[in-house]
Amino acid sequence: MSPASAQPLLAIDDLHISFPTPRGELRAVRGISFQVEPGEIFGIVGESGCGKTVTGRSILGLVPQPGRISGGRIMFQGSDLTAMSQAELRHLRGNRIAMIFQDPSAALNPLFTIGQQLLGIMKRHDPGKRAGHLDAAVSLLADLGLPQPESLLDSYPHQLSGGMQQRAMIAMALAAEPDLIVADEPTTALDVTIQAQILDLLVALKEKRGVTIVFITHDLGVVAETCDHVAVFYLGQIVEQGTAREIFKAPRHPYTQGLLAALPSPDAGQDALKVIPGSVGDMVGDGVGCAFAPRCEFRMPHCDRQTPTLMPLGGQQQAACFLYDEIGEGT
Amino acid sequence: MSGDTLIDIRGLTVEYKTSAGLLGSRSQRTRVLEDFSLQLERGATLGVVGESGCGKSTLANSMMRFVEPIAGQIFFEGRDILALDRRELRGQRRQMQIVFQNPFSSLNPRLRVKTIVAEPLITHLDLTPAQLEERIIELLSEVGLNEAFMRRFPHELSGGQAQRVALARAVALNPKLLILDEPTSALDVSVQAQIVNLLGKLQRDHQLTYLFISHSLALVQHISDYIAVLYLGEVVEYGRQADITRAPRHPYTRALFSSTPQPDPESGRERIILEGTVPSPKDPPGGCRFHTRCPQVMELCRHKKPKAHATEAGHWATCHLLDAELESLQGVDAS
Repeated sequence: MSPASAQPLLAIDDLHISFPTPRGELRAVRGISFQVEPGEIFGIVGESGCGKTVTGRSILGLVPQPGRISGGRIMFQGSDLTAMSQAELRHLRGNRIAMIFQDPSAALNPLFTIGQQLLGIMKRHDPGKRAGHLDAAVSLLADLGLPQPESLLDSYPHQLSGGMQQRAMIAMALAAEPDLIVADEPTTALDVTIQAQILDLLVALKEKRGVTIVFITHDLGVVAETCDHVAVFYLGQIVEQGTAREIFKAPRHPYTQGLLAALPSPDAGQDALKVIPGSVGDMVGDGVGCAFAPRCEFRMPHCDRQTPTLMPLGGQQQAACFLYDEIGEGT
Repeated sequence: MSGDTLIDIRGLTVEYKTSAGLLGSRSQRTRVLEDFSLQLERGATLGVVGESGCGKSTLANSMMRFVEPIAGQIFFEGRDILALDRRELRGQRRQMQIVFQNPFSSLNPRLRVKTIVAEPLITHLDLTPAQLEERIIELLSEVGLNEAFMRRFPHELSGGQAQRVALARAVALNPKLLILDEPTSALDVSVQAQIVNLLGKLQRDHQLTYLFISHSLALVQHISDYIAVLYLGEVVEYGRQADITRAPRHPYTRALFSSTPQPDPESGRERIILEGTVPSPKDPPGGCRFHTRCPQVMELCRHKKPKAHATEAGHWATCHLLDAELESLQGVDAS
């Protein structure tokens, strides 16, 4: 796995999440392992149905009903989240782990001002210092590039633009000074020039405040510009992971290669885009063989019979593909 | 524009009534497009790109006459479609079809694919049941779906398959123009690529003209022959795809380029981060509409509206920086 370093902030070990359906068990996450170091932005990238959102939610103990964690551990600062009680998880969510969503209206209460919501979180988190909260709220909003923070505290969410709401939600997430933020498609609903502002802000938060972020997105460009490490998800499994530099410079898994080649670019002119044939497969069933095999141009006979595990490719890069079975380390 | 013009939009102005004040007591007019002109070359793809509130969907809706502009003309092969009466419009709509972002909201959930694709054929053509079925199978195969899909309902389709059905219906009557309003924005990257390639094939097979609307500059660059960049109801830059890609002239176009995340951590390009947000179209800024966010704003921009300056044949931008450039060029010439 990753080179020996300080203890990771978050270590997910062989995580399985499943949902009962009339057709049988839907295995949304099938044996995922990754580690997030303090102070980094860790990207989870994949298409719809790859399990990225439910993985993110599991870190907050918020797997939607009737889904359940059916195996594995989620170690956060040395303790296992999957073994915690609801009360312990609630405490953790309020103080140590926060979440940012795609849709800020899901996280902002329309009936309260930004100030009421922000100060509420700060008081709950740190009831001791009463006087300092207002100043802290103002400086937090200013840090996030929100103009006139004093008057903003008296604004209701609907009075803010989409980009401002997103910043206000990030402020709520930061208010309790969490150690980890899970950001699920935080810029997907925004215009591209506003997205650029928010991405810049997240990178600045990492650099200035040492915030650790698990960044979930479908957008490869966003990952390349913000993340330190990346895990590429396909059908509930990690098919490739490594540093962003490694993966975008030399993607090794055929799925990662296909995704990057499918992106439109002006240089490609109007020549046909490279297509990954077919569509994402089924999550029900035992999942023998490589999940990507039915769509893979390099499919070999044993890809259908055996499930590949992540294989080291040198550096920190790993891919779950039999193409690299005999190569091993040192290439 | 060289070649044969299919659509010629002149001075198009569209207003929406919006409510303001307590409980919407006051009604207010918001001008979403103002004195808007644009041409589409037959058989080519014009990409229209811009952010929320730039008027790109209003443009599509005006061309389909889902909204009624208050001024201007839209000539389709020389005929002003804004002047057509209801009956004439119905005939005209055979020539132009629109495909939306979310195929599931444009396909009737209670109808089978067969009925959905048959609808325009039954309305406009006089086919025997056997001919009808044959034509439906032919259309589905054109969009890469086999006969078995005829019996399916929309909820039994994936997003990509549903968009294929929407395209089959759109090309059923051999229209000349397809308006594509964010047709791939709801799709995954790998499926988007399939639909983009399908659009290319349909265009070649049917000599279609496309008006392709998107918020994604990368996608518009990929698919378009010509590009129009919109900001707050106005075209700020227009030109051939290659010219705009090689040398974008408007600061807004440059900012769009630089804001689009690239899947290359080592691209090392300069990043232009615009400040603030797009002002409300209810109260657009005076002078150049982009001046509140422009990184190169000058005093002149706050009160004087810039004119369109051609920089190469068929490539123009509306920006005062180009006035200055032209003046300095003339200065060099004079000395």
